[in-house]
Amino acid sequence: MTSAIELKGITKRFGAVVANRNVSLSVNRGEILSLLGENGSGKTTLMNIISGIYHPDEGQIFIGGNEVRINSPHEAFEYKIGMIHQHFKLVDIFTAAQNVILGLDEKSKFDIKTATKKVAEICEKYGFNIDPSKKIYEMSVSEKQTVEIIKVLYRGADILILDEPTAVLTPQETTSLFDILRRMRDDGKAIIIITHKLHEVLELSDRVSVLRKGEYVGTVDTASTTESELTEMMVGKKIELNIERDMPANSQPRLAVSHINCMSRDGIKLLDDVSFTAYSGEILGIAGIAGSGQRELLEAIAGLQHLESGEIIYNDPKSGASEDLRDKSPLQIREMGVRLSFVPEDRLGMGLVGNMDIVDNMMLRSYRSGKSAFLEKRKPKNLADEIVAQLEVVTPSVTTPVRRLSGGNVQKVLVGREISSSPTVLMAAYPVRGLDINSSYTIYNLLNAQKKNGSSVIYVGEDLDVLIELCDRILVIGGGRVTGIVDGRNTTKEEIGLLMTGKERSEDNGGE
Amino acid sequence: MIGTIASFITAAIIQGIPLLYGAVGEIITEKSGNLNLGIPGIMYVGGISGIIGGYLYERSTENPAAILCILIPFLSTIIGAGLMALIYSFLTITLRANQNVTGLALTTFGVGIGNFYGGSLLSFFGEGGSISLLTTGTFYKTPLPFADKLGLFGKTFLSFGFLTYLAVITAILASWFLNRTRAGLNLRAVGENPATADAAGINVTKYKYLSTVIGGAVAGLGGLYFVMDYTSGAWTNDGFGDRGWLAIAIVIFALWKPASAIFSSFIFGGLYIICTYIPNLTNSTRELIKMLPYVVTIIVLVFISARKKREHQPPAHLGQSYFREER
Repeated sequence: MTSAIELKGITKRFGAVVANRNVSLSVNRGEILSLLGENGSGKTTLMNIISGIYHPDEGQIFIGGNEVRINSPHEAFEYKIGMIHQHFKLVDIFTAAQNVILGLDEKSKFDIKTATKKVAEICEKYGFNIDPSKKIYEMSVSEKQTVEIIKVLYRGADILILDEPTAVLTPQETTSLFDILRRMRDDGKAIIIITHKLHEVLELSDRVSVLRKGEYVGTVDTASTTESELTEMMVGKKIELNIERDMPANSQPRLAVSHINCMSRDGIKLLDDVSFTAYSGEILGIAGIAGSGQRELLEAIAGLQHLESGEIIYNDPKSGASEDLRDKSPLQIREMGVRLSFVPEDRLGMGLVGNMDIVDNMMLRSYRSGKSAFLEKRKPKNLADEIVAQLEVVTPSVTTPVRRLSGGNVQKVLVGREISSSPTVLMAAYPVRGLDINSSYTIYNLLNAQKKNGSSVIYVGEDLDVLIELCDRILVIGGGRVTGIVDGRNTTKEEIGLLMTGKERSEDNGGE
Repeated sequence: MIGTIASFITAAIIQGIPLLYGAVGEIITEKSGNLNLGIPGIMYVGGISGIIGGYLYERSTENPAAILCILIPFLSTIIGAGLMALIYSFLTITLRANQNVTGLALTTFGVGIGNFYGGSLLSFFGEGGSISLLTTGTFYKTPLPFADKLGLFGKTFLSFGFLTYLAVITAILASWFLNRTRAGLNLRAVGENPATADAAGINVTKYKYLSTVIGGAVAGLGGLYFVMDYTSGAWTNDGFGDRGWLAIAIVIFALWKPASAIFSSFIFGGLYIICTYIPNLTNSTRELIKMLPYVVTIIVLVFISARKKREHQPPAHLGQSYFREER
């Protein structure tokens, strides 16, 4: 039996970064294949290759046994491939029917009424509940997703690819989506579903292919596998990194977060009753699938995110006073005497101004302390020189715009500035993302130095090996909830991996 | 009194036609997500291209034929204005230059080209020192044959040259194209959300190029109307004035709808000349009244921004370049 679609040895690079290396997989008609992997494992890149958005640098694609080259999304349609993206590709001010027929090259006369009728027929066949003449901007998230599915069915797709379809759905919506997918499978379609939720994989799919850091790990039958086997395939064996880690000294509660809740504008819970305490003199790691609420959590502490409820209590090490930081602006927080430093995920978007030089970027933190109307450049200049010398920033001079520096050097400048105020709380989100090994170790050492100075360090990371070797405790977050807080010294990647994919610790203890 | 009103309406329509061409051209362009602020310059080039075409033809023959007198300047304008829009397209679509900067540069450039060739042609005419293509102008101004048989109605609404009717027809066609055809739907999708259009298999680059160039050519006809019909074939440097900017203001006033642009243009045309119909105005009052179209545009902008009705907003991706493999 020939597969509906088969990939052999696909490799795709973005500059020096390899997003997919030598990936092979296949899916048959009437089958649901799960593509499992952590964030950054290359799932979405791979699917974009199949749908013609990216071109592979190496490897072959076979459809129905014939080798093909998919040059554009348009050609992907011709091979009956339909992609349902994680971020919906819909035009907000169009109706559902208009979106469905968008870009179609039908020979028949253009007639929105016929199209609307055809859309209604598809809805009936698969049991969708949607009004074809409703505008997209009036729809809920799950309705939009349904429109995306109708779109590919209308085009006669036989191979459907769904990129994290349940990420934005409520449990009830997920159940009905799965029913629809099963109905389509029974109708003879080949379905690939990209996900990192293990229970969904086990519930829905026939086979599972696993990717890890761009590499193809293997394919197993769902019926003959277990959650722990899949987790191990997903996170891999432990790698020794030899990052220095001292025992925390003189730990005191520094930041006590209790029961905070945060909603997105669409009414989806981004943080769900999150509570934890960060201590001085320790590094608290935060692990989780990307987009599980890490960003909102840090921004809430930094005063950038509005919270529905809960409190964030800061214990001042000098005065011993406790203050609530909730719904304070960053400026108010600083005026309260809280030395809070934040290394955001988006370095050049939130952390530094790309077109300004290193000295001016230093001033972003200190310009308010000037006394006259004129800029006082001497101190920031000294600070910039100091950072360049101490952290070995490779730059022609301190007056070079930071956007011309490499990623690692940009990060050193940002971290250097943030630790220069000797913070009592230092939050760093993915500080080593995109950095080479040496730069990464420089950053680890800086964080360790802050820990030694008695500051409370919160480190959001994606590499579990690093988290396990660097952090004293690791808080695992899944879907906006704290699914567990584990000791960095005696935990395993599998334990964290299971917690990340939404299995709460209490359930483990509950004798399952 | 009726006579005055009728002549005011006629004058408003005459003033409105160049604005209508400009506005429809800009709407077609903006629907693809390209904010072409070069429209004033493109209309200027459209005007001078028509003059050059007409001048060369009138000089080459003893008895100019009506059909060629009309066709040659018409095609010259479309080519001249289309080339200007092509420059804009190449810079903003292929090279992804900033749209505002490119557009403003193009306007300065277009006015410069117009004045340069206007000045050059002037030296050929020598005596009296004015460019005048009366023969061509007369052909362009020929009214509909039955206009004078329909009394005041005919005089008010049917006494114009063919470019007037072509402007209205173009606007209606553009409206039909955008709302009733597959290509129109695709074009709107490109301006709203190019990534979506791309994923749907629409050639974003092709749509952007075509709509910008066609839009530019349509806008150029506004310049042609001005030099051939409004001024009867005469060219004066800087004579076109600020009509190009008014055309862009109409795009907002008409809420990016070509059909609404028809009446909007006539309203703006009326506001543009209403000061000459109000007796005993001082100079400063006259200038104040000339500001009316711009004031109205600002009021409309405030209104649509406050109401936030999605259908009344500009194309969502207006003014931004599109690059597919952005990560």
